[in-house]
Amino acid sequence: MAVLLNILSSGVFNASILFLVAAGLQLVFGVQKVFNLACGSFYALGAYLGITFVDAFTGAGGPPLLSFIPLLAAGVLLGALGPLVERGLLRFVYQRDESFQLLLTFSVVLMFEDVIRFFWGTYPRSPKGVYLAFGTLHIGGATIPVYNLLVIGASVLIASLMGYVLGKTRFGRIIRATASHSEMAQALGIRSSVVYMKVFTLGTVLGTVGGALVIPTTAAVSEMAVHLIVLAFAVVVIGGLGSMKGAFVGALLVGLLKSVSIAVYPELEMMLIYLIVIGVLVMKPQGLFGGTS
Amino acid sequence: MLLGIGFLLAAVVWPFVGKEYQVYLSLSFFSYSIALLGLNLLFNYTGLISFGHALFLGIGGYTAAFMTHKYSILSMELIMVVAVLLSGLVAFLTGLICVRYIKIYFAMLTLAFGMLFHSFLMKTYALTGGDEGMHVTQPKLLSMDLSQMDKMSFFSGPYYFYSLVLFLAAAFLMWRIVHSHFGLSLQAIRDNPDKAEYLGVSIRRYRLYAFVISGCFAGLGGALMAPVTGHMDPAMVFWTHSGDMVFMALLGGFSNFFGPMLGSLVFIFLRDAVSSFTEYWRFIFGALLAALVILAPGGLMGLLGRAWASLAGARGSGEQAT
Repeated sequence: MAVLLNILSSGVFNASILFLVAAGLQLVFGVQKVFNLACGSFYALGAYLGITFVDAFTGAGGPPLLSFIPLLAAGVLLGALGPLVERGLLRFVYQRDESFQLLLTFSVVLMFEDVIRFFWGTYPRSPKGVYLAFGTLHIGGATIPVYNLLVIGASVLIASLMGYVLGKTRFGRIIRATASHSEMAQALGIRSSVVYMKVFTLGTVLGTVGGALVIPTTAAVSEMAVHLIVLAFAVVVIGGLGSMKGAFVGALLVGLLKSVSIAVYPELEMMLIYLIVIGVLVMKPQGLFGGTS
Repeated sequence: MLLGIGFLLAAVVWPFVGKEYQVYLSLSFFSYSIALLGLNLLFNYTGLISFGHALFLGIGGYTAAFMTHKYSILSMELIMVVAVLLSGLVAFLTGLICVRYIKIYFAMLTLAFGMLFHSFLMKTYALTGGDEGMHVTQPKLLSMDLSQMDKMSFFSGPYYFYSLVLFLAAAFLMWRIVHSHFGLSLQAIRDNPDKAEYLGVSIRRYRLYAFVISGCFAGLGGALMAPVTGHMDPAMVFWTHSGDMVFMALLGGFSNFFGPMLGSLVFIFLRDAVSSFTEYWRFIFGALLAALVILAPGGLMGLLGRAWASLAGARGSGEQAT
């Protein structure tokens, strides 16, 4: 029972972080049809800047229990990179072949990898004494860190907020219109360049916030971007490219699988995930929820 | 033609005039070029972008590591035969699935297979050394035992010419392939799949053949690369390495037969030059890649072609004026 609870809680925690990054990936793929490899870089940047902000915050006497504030601030501030990358690079390749789009986002990954090295060096880093400050809960013999629960809550909150914005607001309708019929939307007077920029920025913030929120629980390392990309990739392929529901289910599946296999049979961990990815691509290439944007 | 002879002369003279280290670097050029010949059969001639081609480099490389280090089989020829057969087999099995898709789905499937192999290498510590990888022992060339030579002179001497000959043979073979009926059919499929099918070209089967051939070339490149690095580890098959390969192809200009080779040459020597004065070569290469994608998707060959055309154009109009 206790083991099961532990697996469940760490799995759902993994999933809630993965969901944020994957949701950003899905949003951009849904609207611009670009598979943004740089989502992993945004995640890594969020993590590193999150550490810097939290350390400054607690160093200045801020209570560790409020470290959500500097973490979210780091994530949101990094959203400024969105317009930079979208207007500066991505907009030139919307009409091109996917190979060029993939390579362009790959070039962003390469650049940000060195940006991180330049500012934060190559040693693993983690913020001091935040995670433990939140304490743990004991339920049914299992020890669950309170911080994890808060992050899960935050992720669910963000997910429902996005669901509301995309489904119920004018901005959401514009996004969906641009995603499904961009020329028609343009004909109706929607400036797609503005929509693209906003969507990409939103996608960026989801990634950076995901990275910022994860960092109290783990150490930031310079390869975290390229490793997260493949996980986010697995999530969206399993869930279905461009689908928010897919990102949600895919993240849960990958997150839980990861924690189950780590607890039961660590040798399988990533292999199992790739096998499922291949299986889904073979059986249902549009993913479990593909086509239902 | 003249350019080809010029390249050949330069390649033969190079080990005698170049610095030992630079000659050593050109060995990577030969092996990457062979692998890129394969990658480009898919990328340019078939219109499929593989983001997992490092998988085959890895199969070739690990074949060399297993045979030399675990089983003390040092014949380079045998190693290459096994590497090509194994990569061909893996390419056939994975290709059966991959070629059912095109565009982004093809890229994703190849990426997934590459990463599947990566995680396999990471987790099978007892077999492959996990993340520490495996040692590759210096092989025998044409059954000649050259182990008494010091390492650098072995690589800048016999191994260099060995690789050069292999590279030329591989390039000649690929040239024949892309100009054969089969190669032309691939391009027909790329340009208009419906029409090609209507004309009786079996699309999936041809794509599968292309995938297998492509895998064999990349496997050969990997086997040739392994003794040079002397070490194989899972980073060899990580997806970013596949990305680097596509980068090289684009850098030289993938729509030209010789483009990817030029790309690997420039990539390898430029990286060496850049990383000698800054540790942030990735940033510079990322910026270079972004600039290429946006401004010069035809790569260096495209730029050279444009420069050549404007030069010829200027001369042509000049002649008219006089």
